[in-house]
Amino acid sequence: MNNLRILEEKAMEIRQLTIESIGKVGIGHIGGSLSICDLLALLYFDVMNVDPKNPNDDDRDRFILSKGHAGPAVYSTLALKGYFDKSLLDTLNQSNTTLPSHCDKNLTVGIDMTTGSLGQGFSCAVGVAVGARMMKKDFWTYVCIGDGESQEGQIWEAAMLAGFQKLDKLIAFTDYNKLQIDGNIEQINGLYPLHDKWKSFGWHVQVVDGHDIKALKDAITLAQNISGRPSMIIMDTIKGKGARFAENKVSSHNMPVTEEMWKEAVKEIEEMKVKLWS
Amino acid sequence: MELTGRWLREIFSELLIEHAKADDRICYIEADLMLASGTGGFKAQFPERTLNVGVAEANMIGVAAGISTLGMIPFTHSFTPFATRRCCDQVTLSVSYAKNNVKMIGSDPGITAMLNGGTHMSMEDVAIMRNIPEMCIVEPIDGVQLASLFPQILSHDGPVYIRLLRREANPVYKEGETFKLGEAKVIFSGNDVTIVASGIMVSEAILAKNILQLEGIDAGIIDFHTIKPFDNKSLIQEVSKSGAVVTAENHSIINGLGSAVSECLSENCPVPLRRVGVKDHFGEVGMQDFLAEKYGLTAQDIVNACKEVLQMKGVKSC
Repeated sequence: MNNLRILEEKAMEIRQLTIESIGKVGIGHIGGSLSICDLLALLYFDVMNVDPKNPNDDDRDRFILSKGHAGPAVYSTLALKGYFDKSLLDTLNQSNTTLPSHCDKNLTVGIDMTTGSLGQGFSCAVGVAVGARMMKKDFWTYVCIGDGESQEGQIWEAAMLAGFQKLDKLIAFTDYNKLQIDGNIEQINGLYPLHDKWKSFGWHVQVVDGHDIKALKDAITLAQNISGRPSMIIMDTIKGKGARFAENKVSSHNMPVTEEMWKEAVKEIEEMKVKLWS
Repeated sequence: MELTGRWLREIFSELLIEHAKADDRICYIEADLMLASGTGGFKAQFPERTLNVGVAEANMIGVAAGISTLGMIPFTHSFTPFATRRCCDQVTLSVSYAKNNVKMIGSDPGITAMLNGGTHMSMEDVAIMRNIPEMCIVEPIDGVQLASLFPQILSHDGPVYIRLLRREANPVYKEGETFKLGEAKVIFSGNDVTIVASGIMVSEAILAKNILQLEGIDAGIIDFHTIKPFDNKSLIQEVSKSGAVVTAENHSIINGLGSAVSECLSENCPVPLRRVGVKDHFGEVGMQDFLAEKYGLTAQDIVNACKEVLQMKGVKSC
């Protein structure tokens, strides 16, 4: 594993770029973007076999963001990784942009699947893992779904298939931040007990703190060593993590962000970055 | 390969196997209708390239979309209503919007679903698929046409919806005849009226032409095996000659072939037009003859419509 502190710094930088890019548009899916930044830092800067200089390599690992509205966090990650210049992030959701709010593999280099209609990216990820097996490819397929997204029936159609097909090169993450557009998940259509649900569908299941990169890394390592079952890593997360104006707020799903708000948040992250190395 | 006197599903399955031998990108994804689609032979030969997802059409489409991103060419199958309306959003976004190369078979179109009845009888599948940008829609009418179009469907780089009769088709074409994807087939050029037909209605159109001929009416027939992209050119060329049109489809008259023809002609060369098809209602249980009679999908319905448009010729209606 790369130096933990380097990965933690990457996560902070992803957060900073995400807050900035959404802030400059003035509105965006900031809550669900910020809750997955630690995962993205770990995947792209430690776990995944990807090369920004060869983004279409047939043998690369795949990452599918099924909760496609968190696209801005992935764009920040891709920019940091070197897929494109950071200045491109300023075009988020502008006319003719290559960075639309929801991921589009035909517009953005480094994006492996077009997503946004919830539930669909997860089926596609299962398809990618099935296809890899058909083609005798050895890469890993990683996919992140939302907790609200888990109310979609298609998630469970795909979960059933992946479990039955024993797709052990598939590792999924649930961004379990407990909030959805209309409120607290457990007050709308509860997922509890989420762990048991996945287990009963034939998956190897772990629950970790989604903001603890070391714990996440250990979970992924364990998942990679499980044979005969796909893996679900349920990440306990905080919606809006890292931006005080958004943290744990239902309204952070798609929230107006003023210049004052994002600049204050960015300043706080910069201070945290300094502290990290002091 | 014997292309006439057999169920189309057998021919389709053999074509799939034949091409899969030479092209290892081909795979087949099914949603628990392998017995109905007759693709057991493919599974027997290529078990590693066959996936049955069970009764889960939406997931089938998503899985196929995912596989296609690796360069594979997945064929999926379900009955027409479940291949389209059941997974409309998945087909729209995971396949077409995402530019994924998936070939989707919908079988038992319209009244050919017969005893499966109203729930399984899609009158709107073409309408759904026609509204999806970049979707190609093909309805091969017999084995000869299916065999000719199959390699073109395979090499078409983009989503294709194949509206496939499962059972034996009335043979229309002789072996050796060829067709071009995206180009309608002018079977007969007519001077008085042009019948534009698709699917099982092409053979009804031929019967209608013969009846009209006895009365001295010269009807042409265009077989629109590719409903989208729509071949404006062949249509306008024939209609410029005949000056009147009847469309005939085993589908709702709303937003299927009849609508496509109406749109093209009203923008380019307005002429009297009648649409033979299902008049905005659901299907029901019944044998095909009964349903064709009840919904107005017979040769006689085409004949009647032809006579109506002939009477309208030269008359200002509005």
